[in-house]
Amino acid sequence: MTWSAALPLLILASSLVTGLVIFFLKEQSVLLRTVLNLSGAGIKLILVGVLMWGVYQGQTFEARLPLLPDIELVLHADALSLLFVSLSTVLWFVTTVYAIGYLEHSPHRSRFFGFFSLCVTATVGIALAGNLITFLIFYELLTLATYPLLMHRGTADSRRAGRIYLTYTLAGGALLLVGVVWLKSLAGPLDFTATGILAGRTDLNPDTLRWIFLLLIVGFGVKAALVPLHGWLPISMAAPAPVSALLHAVAVVKAGAFGITRVVYDVYGVEFSASLGVLMPLAIVASFTIVYGSVRALFQDKLKPRLAYSTISQVSYIILGTAIVGPVATIGGIVHLVHQGLMKITLFFCAGNLAETLGIHRVSEMNGVGRRLPKTMVAFTVAALGMIGVPPIAGFISKWYLGAGALDANLPWILVILAISSALNAAYFLPILYRAWFMPATGAWQERLEPGRFETHWMLLMPPLVTAALALLFGLFANMDGSPLAWARLIAEREYLR
Amino acid sequence: MTLWWSTLCVAAPLLASVLLFLRPKRTAGIALVAVTLVLIGALGLAVVLHDSGPQFIAIGGWGAPLGIGWRIDGLTVTMLLMAGIVGWPVTIYALDYFGGAAGGRHFWPLWMLLLTALCALFLSNDLFNWYVTLELLGLSAVALVTLSGKQAALDAAQRYLYTGLVGSLFYLLGVALIYNAYGVLDLAVLREVTEPTLAVWVALGLMAVGLLVKSALFPLHFWLPAAHGSAPAPVSAILSALVVKGAFYILLRLWFDLVPAALPGAVSVILGALGAGAIIWGSLQAIRATRLKMLVAYSTVAQLGYLALFFPLSGAGEWGNAALTGVVYFMVAHACAKGAMFLAAGNLQRAAGHDNLVSLAPTAQALPVSMFAFAIAGVSIMGLPPSGGFIAKWSLLSAAIGSGGWIWVVVMIAGGLLSAGYIFRVLSLSFSESGAEPKPELAPVAKSSEWASLLLASIALLLGLNALPVLDLLSIGLPRIG
Repeated sequence: MTWSAALPLLILASSLVTGLVIFFLKEQSVLLRTVLNLSGAGIKLILVGVLMWGVYQGQTFEARLPLLPDIELVLHADALSLLFVSLSTVLWFVTTVYAIGYLEHSPHRSRFFGFFSLCVTATVGIALAGNLITFLIFYELLTLATYPLLMHRGTADSRRAGRIYLTYTLAGGALLLVGVVWLKSLAGPLDFTATGILAGRTDLNPDTLRWIFLLLIVGFGVKAALVPLHGWLPISMAAPAPVSALLHAVAVVKAGAFGITRVVYDVYGVEFSASLGVLMPLAIVASFTIVYGSVRALFQDKLKPRLAYSTISQVSYIILGTAIVGPVATIGGIVHLVHQGLMKITLFFCAGNLAETLGIHRVSEMNGVGRRLPKTMVAFTVAALGMIGVPPIAGFISKWYLGAGALDANLPWILVILAISSALNAAYFLPILYRAWFMPATGAWQERLEPGRFETHWMLLMPPLVTAALALLFGLFANMDGSPLAWARLIAEREYLR
Repeated sequence: MTLWWSTLCVAAPLLASVLLFLRPKRTAGIALVAVTLVLIGALGLAVVLHDSGPQFIAIGGWGAPLGIGWRIDGLTVTMLLMAGIVGWPVTIYALDYFGGAAGGRHFWPLWMLLLTALCALFLSNDLFNWYVTLELLGLSAVALVTLSGKQAALDAAQRYLYTGLVGSLFYLLGVALIYNAYGVLDLAVLREVTEPTLAVWVALGLMAVGLLVKSALFPLHFWLPAAHGSAPAPVSAILSALVVKGAFYILLRLWFDLVPAALPGAVSVILGALGAGAIIWGSLQAIRATRLKMLVAYSTVAQLGYLALFFPLSGAGEWGNAALTGVVYFMVAHACAKGAMFLAAGNLQRAAGHDNLVSLAPTAQALPVSMFAFAIAGVSIMGLPPSGGFIAKWSLLSAAIGSGGWIWVVVMIAGGLLSAGYIFRVLSLSFSESGAEPKPELAPVAKSSEWASLLLASIALLLGLNALPVLDLLSIGLPRIG
């Protein structure tokens, strides 16, 4: 096997093997498990670095495994997959550190970290998938790997969350399967191509293609939490904080959004999709989701559900960017894939810290908490301002490009949607910041332990600080080579080559 | 070489059966050797087939129409391999399960006899031989069900015996009609001479009904859940994974070689409709089941329905081959997955002393390896990737969509979702608040039994990674359809 085929496989194996070994570790072997977790995450980070360097040098990386006579499992590194794979690898490393700190004394840790690693394996598989079938395989694997994480606590709430999550995602997966098989039977191998596989195919019935598009979008839309397919997401807040972080920023919702991006750009081709007339309905659904999620977030007193509804809203920015024809909007959508991930994971880390350290679960309990957990709340503030779209944080860049793209495409009503959404974002985030920084402390948490050397366990504190710093840096230095924005520009250039 | 390898597949378990019957005190390790030899024989045949194509053997030099002829093609060898691959972990499992128990004395010779009958069935190619092997298979299976000696098992076995006999009778009647009309029983000869006359139609109808009873296609499945659910765990695994496949194998052969092309489409649609009924009804019963082994047994009823979907899809022109690939792959994947499920369920039952789903959660948490095996097998049963079940479902779905059979698409998708309903009912046992309930007293379960179930489940998973070797083997000497 050549190096170019081995590298993608090694990237998968670095978490798969780790996960399988961890399953069989004894509960007490904390040190060994921690070493395995961190070295798996670290090795993956290095391998992805090597991959990016190689691609930068003009090498192509591709591994093909035959599955059925005319179906192959393809792992391929193109610009879009690199963006997603590096995002999930970096965030996995951070989340692993966080999860080790978070679950320090809880039971069933071997099971948890085993499935945790499988979950990341599936996400990286989705990122590197070179055709729709490979994508589907890892997409379903992701469903299976996240279920035990959601159920981890075993409480009535988490069992309910697990059940509802499965109902939604398995049904979505089934529709997706029908769509993929159907498209495969019409159009042959479904290898992703930068300008779309179907673009030049005049022999296919456009109505059939519209039906298939619907099936695919509904299949991916479940995980991307497009309204009305979003019902599972707020309920899944019963999971432990690192799982929520992973679910919302890296794995599940991102897999759905990424899938839609792949379908529109690399299967149908964005211009061909537009000519089929399927993008406008998608833009409308995404816009509705953006506003609906924000409005619902406004009325949540519990912190995690508020963040969950915020996710529903924010992820649809990516889909909105995909649904607007034009390179500028494309850049905005794709770059938000990274930006939203960084900001949202920060927010969930911080929410976890509040719950773990002070037992705070509600917004109304957060008065004055900025004095007790200043570093955590600084990270939270950066991420929240970024979500609102305040410059120079990363979220501003996404919104800027989305707005400019909407004008390019002559769709001024989208600007209105963006404005409404930003106002709503401000309306549900600013009160939190106000309470935390400017109101006197009133919560029962004051009786809790005085801070030690750090305000909380260092493994809980470092991750949000790192991700918040990244969100700030990617906004400040958006124009540098190698920034997410630069990658997104590169991707957009390829999608609109013709 | 062909004769040597194929004889090995039948002679090894037969000899082991006799030995274990005469000397019950002797180590049951003989059985393990015999199963290994079956596996080696099947692999040997695969190599021969790969080099020189499908084979016909006249036993003792007497060819058809007088003597017994064996036909060895890709389908035969795939089935033999399936028997060997499932048989191996089941035997390991049974070594501990029947270690000191009284049932073991009877289990070993019967299991070897059953394996003999099954291998002979897969190798045979004439109607009467099939009748003999089918009877032998059915009778040893019935005897195995009674092993636990409990009243429920005895009742189930009795019902199993009578239905089996009725099924055989139907089949034999059909065979007699054919023999009366043509004077031959060898399938290769019959293939040349049969014409679509009334007698042939009636004969085929009778044989089909008999075989459908034996392969438990809805609504003729009524005997299966009780028999499979109350037998000892290794026996349940053998019954669900292998025995029901024997009758279906004959049906598949008849379909290709004897059923005239002029078959009215309605017949295949009716068979498909029965399959759809099985999928829906079996799954719903599994969802409602209160005992773990009954849940798994009803899952078998549902899964056998997918096999029947092959008939309407086989007429789908160029997609017929995808349907055939799908159905054979389904048989193999289901054999591994369902075998693993019954073994895992058996572990839980032995540890807890019961298999009531309501109070099984602490046991499930004490046996993570078995639950993991159940989960992996469940992935294949649900048809989710990566697993053999996914490959099978993909092929069947391709055939259905490619030929515009949307009703079958709906049935398969609904069946997949329903199966998730009952499988996750079991898997959710693994998750409950720790310390909420007192730790129950659990009987010890051997590590080998836990790993045997995981091994078989992993095979079901691995079947999903690369289907090409199996499909290459299967395609040797297989009739192209469409």
